[in-house]
Amino acid sequence: MNLMRTPLSQVRGLGSAREGTNRFIAQRLSAIALVPLILWFVASIIFFITRADYDALVAWIRLPWNTELFILLILLLFYHAHAGLQEVLEDYIHNEITKAIVMATMKFFVIAITIASVLAILRIALGG
Amino acid sequence: MTTPRPLSPHLQIYKPQLTSVMSILHRATGIFLSLGTLVLVYWLMAAAAGPEAYQQAQSLLASWFGLLLLLGWSISLFYHLCNGIRHLFWDAGLGLDINTVYSTGKFVWLATFILTALAWLLAFTMKGAG
Repeated sequence: MNLMRTPLSQVRGLGSAREGTNRFIAQRLSAIALVPLILWFVASIIFFITRADYDALVAWIRLPWNTELFILLILLLFYHAHAGLQEVLEDYIHNEITKAIVMATMKFFVIAITIASVLAILRIALGG
Repeated sequence: MTTPRPLSPHLQIYKPQLTSVMSILHRATGIFLSLGTLVLVYWLMAAAAGPEAYQQAQSLLASWFGLLLLLGWSISLFYHLCNGIRHLFWDAGLGLDINTVYSTGKFVWLATFILTALAWLLAFTMKGAG
């Protein structure tokens, strides 16, 4: 038992769950992976997407490495956004019930739009 | 029952410093960029829906309001990227003394400005060439 915690905080079950380090590392790893991915995406927008018509865009997304990188970008981007937003919510919402509701809503929403994005990419990449 | 406890002086008491302003901006740009992902999702779904929906999305993004938002998101992206790398060095225990913190902070301002300007310059040059 962690003796640094008051009996009240132990009963409430708030405080360290001894899992924080994993989340810290995962957030940093997603940040590191996003550096090349976001540079790839920005360069693609600048050098290709701004002047591509619809057919060219579809053909570009269908190239296997672009499909792969785009899906990777989406998954890591939303993981990273979710981790950052969670930190902000943890810091600034002080009512536990409000915090739980807002946090759950944020997570459900992020998961929903992650799936919507991946599906959109796959529809373009694999669709007829 | 929560008993009110004495609090330490909060943000509005202190004079803004490069360190605190950059820290706050890192979060602010992160939140703003999270909102921007919604546009990315909309753009992808439009592309998946077909040429007409995609054309509509493209012209929305090319309107003055769309371009203004894209400018805001590109500044935020480059800031969050550069300052994020600064944070990664700190996490590795590097560059934590006050002089380095200030010089890397100023470098992040400069890099954000240069990268944003370069990106827009290149984008318009490429579009013109295409």
